[in-house]
Amino acid sequence: MSHTASVHSAIEPAETPLTPESWGKFGMWIFLAGDAVGFGTLLAGYGAMRATSADWPNPFSVLGINLTALMTFLLICSSVTMVKALEWLSRGDRARAIRFLLFTALGGAIFVSLQAYEWTHLIERGLHINGNPWGASLFGTSFFIVTGFHGLHVTGGVIYLLSMVKYVLNRPDPMASYNAVEITGLYWHFVDLVWIMVFTFMYLL
Amino acid sequence: MAGSEHKHPNYMAIFWYLAVLTVLEIGVVFLPHYVPGIGKMTVGVLLCGFAIAKAALVAMYFMHLKFEARTLGLVALTPLAIATLLVFILLPDGFAVAHKTQRDAGAVTAPAPAKH
Repeated sequence: MSHTASVHSAIEPAETPLTPESWGKFGMWIFLAGDAVGFGTLLAGYGAMRATSADWPNPFSVLGINLTALMTFLLICSSVTMVKALEWLSRGDRARAIRFLLFTALGGAIFVSLQAYEWTHLIERGLHINGNPWGASLFGTSFFIVTGFHGLHVTGGVIYLLSMVKYVLNRPDPMASYNAVEITGLYWHFVDLVWIMVFTFMYLL
Repeated sequence: MAGSEHKHPNYMAIFWYLAVLTVLEIGVVFLPHYVPGIGKMTVGVLLCGFAIAKAALVAMYFMHLKFEARTLGLVALTPLAIATLLVFILLPDGFAVAHKTQRDAGAVTAPAPAKH
């Protein structure tokens, strides 16, 4: 081995078992980890406010769970259509993959619409960001901030999914867009995962 | 780097697990109305357990963590560690307020000493 070759082998990054298979995926996971800390802090703050309040309203009776249970189910279904899109892409069926990406975006759009309906209904009943007829005013503050932050993520996800439809359409080879669609899926499933926590901690508990 | 394709698990089975866990969650909320002796604490523990199980299913199978390199698992575990730490940081506040509320209530309801 020449002197130059030995120097190069010493400075080039080596592949280790910890080297990610896709740097794009790794980047998305880093972003999601940061986002998870944001949601985790909001939920922990919610828990602390609730635990230290003497007149925290009962969320189950004030908010109701019929609509939100349906929204939860809808988001789970949209996670399934997302993985199905990826599965069809891996089988080389671009048309079906695009159809399932559109189903996923539709699920997200319906979710946000139902959330807007829920908010309107609750505001009409007196739940505001700075007060409510049932008790601690921070109840409304935390509710609107946490569900609003999540709703913004879903809205962003719908836009992201629609942009991916265009991305897949522009690439005749299905496998050329596989990695990008998988990364989009990571974001979408994260939004679903966060809703699982929000539904449990803010509506059921 | 393009990234490689990995195997796809049975997604419909995961969907049914998630659907059943959601139904169980909703059922648990109504449990104290039908089963006497089931307290808030039991319901809370069950709800947290179901939520963690659902989140784990989504992360492991839909987000493919089960089939990925260890690096991504370590990245995913970091916010969990921070969140756990945060809960332990905030717990003393909750206990302090509960203790103060109990003490104040005790002061109000305590009988006045008899005068002679």
